[in-house]
Amino acid sequence: MPIDVVADLRAVERVYTMGNNRVAALDKLDFRITRGQYWSVMGASGSGKSTLLNVMGCLDRPTGGVYELAGRDVNTLDDDDLSDLRGAKLGFIFQSYNLIAQLDVLENIMVPLFYQDDPPPDGEERARRLADRMGLGSRLGHRPAELSGGQQQRVAIARSLVNDPELILADEATGNLDSQTAEEILSLFDELSREGKTIVFVTHEAHVAERASHVLRMRDGRAEEVIEQRAISSAGASA
Amino acid sequence: MNTLGRTIRTGINSLLLHKLRSMLTTLGVLFGTSSVIAMLAIGEGASYEAQEQIKLLGSQNVILRSVKPPEDPNQGNQTSRVIAYGITDADLSRIEDTFPGIKRVVPMRILPKEVRSGATVLNPRVIATRPIYLDVTGRLVFEGRFLTSEDERTLKTVCVLGTEVARALFPFRSPLGERVKLGGDYFTVVGTIAPRVPLGDDPAEAGIEVTGEVIIPFETARKRFGKMQVKQRAGSREMTEVDLHEVIVEVGDPEDVPLVAQASRVMLGKFHRDRDYEVVVPLELLARAEETKRIFNIVLGSIAGISLLVGGIGIMNVMLATVTERTREIGVRRALGAKRKHIVTQFLVETVCLSVGGGLMGVALGLAIPLAVEHFADMKTIVTPTAPALAFGISAGVGMLFGLYPAWRAASMDPVEALRHE
Ligand SMILES: Nc1ncnc2c1ncn2[C@@H]1O[C@H](COP(=O)(O)OP(=O)(O)OP(=O)(O)O)[C@@H](O)[C@H]1O
Ligand SMILES: [Mg+2]
Repeated sequence: MPIDVVADLRAVERVYTMGNNRVAALDKLDFRITRGQYWSVMGASGSGKSTLLNVMGCLDRPTGGVYELAGRDVNTLDDDDLSDLRGAKLGFIFQSYNLIAQLDVLENIMVPLFYQDDPPPDGEERARRLADRMGLGSRLGHRPAELSGGQQQRVAIARSLVNDPELILADEATGNLDSQTAEEILSLFDELSREGKTIVFVTHEAHVAERASHVLRMRDGRAEEVIEQRAISSAGASA
Repeated sequence: MNTLGRTIRTGINSLLLHKLRSMLTTLGVLFGTSSVIAMLAIGEGASYEAQEQIKLLGSQNVILRSVKPPEDPNQGNQTSRVIAYGITDADLSRIEDTFPGIKRVVPMRILPKEVRSGATVLNPRVIATRPIYLDVTGRLVFEGRFLTSEDERTLKTVCVLGTEVARALFPFRSPLGERVKLGGDYFTVVGTIAPRVPLGDDPAEAGIEVTGEVIIPFETARKRFGKMQVKQRAGSREMTEVDLHEVIVEVGDPEDVPLVAQASRVMLGKFHRDRDYEVVVPLELLARAEETKRIFNIVLGSIAGISLLVGGIGIMNVMLATVTERTREIGVRRALGAKRKHIVTQFLVETVCLSVGGGLMGVALGLAIPLAVEHFADMKTIVTPTAPALAFGISAGVGMLFGLYPAWRAASMDPVEALRHE
């Protein structure tokens, strides 16, 4: 397998069983995401977008099929290995920011490093640089409650980048923001994509999806279509 | 990066986010801990005082005391009668002659005499006894000398004063060679002895305020004052006849004390129709004091255990609520790479911080209470160094124990569910 395949899904299923009811939240999903691609996942409510992100984020396991993240089959990993994998390879951005209330901005950005077995020695330096880049340089000592929504989401983006992840997963990251702030955040994602980051971005809005290199349209847990909107310039990228 | 240090700091920050709630949560452990320390200190102090008093009686001694039997209502209210009771001279000879293993026997009479010098009148404990009194009771001569067998033999009218009495009667000069009036007779002061804690109530003459002692030769007292004592009461005269008010039997080997105590009880029981005596065995009192202390400690331990249990349950309850409240945070941390053990540590550290915080404040309060008790209630208290350490250790242990379940609950949450939690 080529190294630049970040996520590889082969007939991935996620079935919820409630009594006699079987709900296939993910139904035989087959696609691979290579380094530098910017995927946008669209679909109606309940079509399985969040479930897909949970599986790709190693928070949930597929009930069928194989999911490999950075070359590792998650079905062969135990709970601690999955934590390690999340901490080392993934960055999460949530709709509701999900910052930790009792930590200040700098500490929030550094949380993923806290849990690494050997955290990078320049972790704090890195966190400060990211905060600067997100325009939060003067807010390092503030608590999340003292920040606006847009600022909180910037902290979350900085947090998702601090461990230099292979894959950034964003679930409706602009869903709680007004259109102008959303636009600012989306520009940040464009910037990250140009830098070669691999991103999966769940959204409801078509104009948001337009910015991505690939659009995955979901319906009832299935991949209705995958559209490659533009080729990725970085070396070795292919669909 | 110091992981534990950071975890503790974060934990404290989380607790400070809800200051009032955290404060209230620690109260259980706070009061549990402080009451353990305070009660231990008070118990220890009381038992120390009891033991000191018992030791003053001499753990090698068996003390026989005369006790006035309850008045017989059939006798009516005679205006003048003689009540004879207590330990007799015959008892004394029997003890001296027949008891095994005894070293020395000190007979004592307590005389209800006023002591005067010039215009000063005192009512001390006037004790008529033998020279060995000094050795057996372990008292120390402060000035001059104690009584001698020469004084006894020649029926000298000499006396030894307790230093309190000496100071009261002769405030600015040495009492040696001075004469004091005891009843109708003059006694020459030959020495003083250092003070000590009083033996307690004088069983023969309750009601007389004892301010120190005056000691005179036994035989002299017999000769001069006889055995009869007269007490004036409103409308009546009460005459009592007591040979000996108290006899201290010193046993050579502490092992033999129970034997001598038993022999005394049997002998006195045989020769006395009424229970006009009591046998005080300091060693038995000591054993009883120790037993009391043991029971006290058990009761105390149970109370402390229960209060800490209640405190622990309180903490657990709040931590369970906290875990539920912070479900989302747990999910976020898990998503960002936290393992189960990290979550367990985080919540355990918070619980231990709560209980240790309560424990520390409890130790401070627990150390303050004995001071207050000593100051206001005038009771002796002893804080042994182990008590605060123990209380603190237990409070930390309580945090550990009662933190485990909430921490486990937090760690076993499904990350997806936790993230979805509102
Ligand atoms: N824990 C669960 N138990 C049972 N069914 C579940 C569970 N989680 C999700 N589902 C089902 O899986 C399907 C997909 O849900 P998912 O949350 O992925 O939708 P979504 O595309 O993210 O929707 P939205 O746009 O509203 O966020 C839904 O039908 C939902 O009911
Ligand atoms: Mg969703």
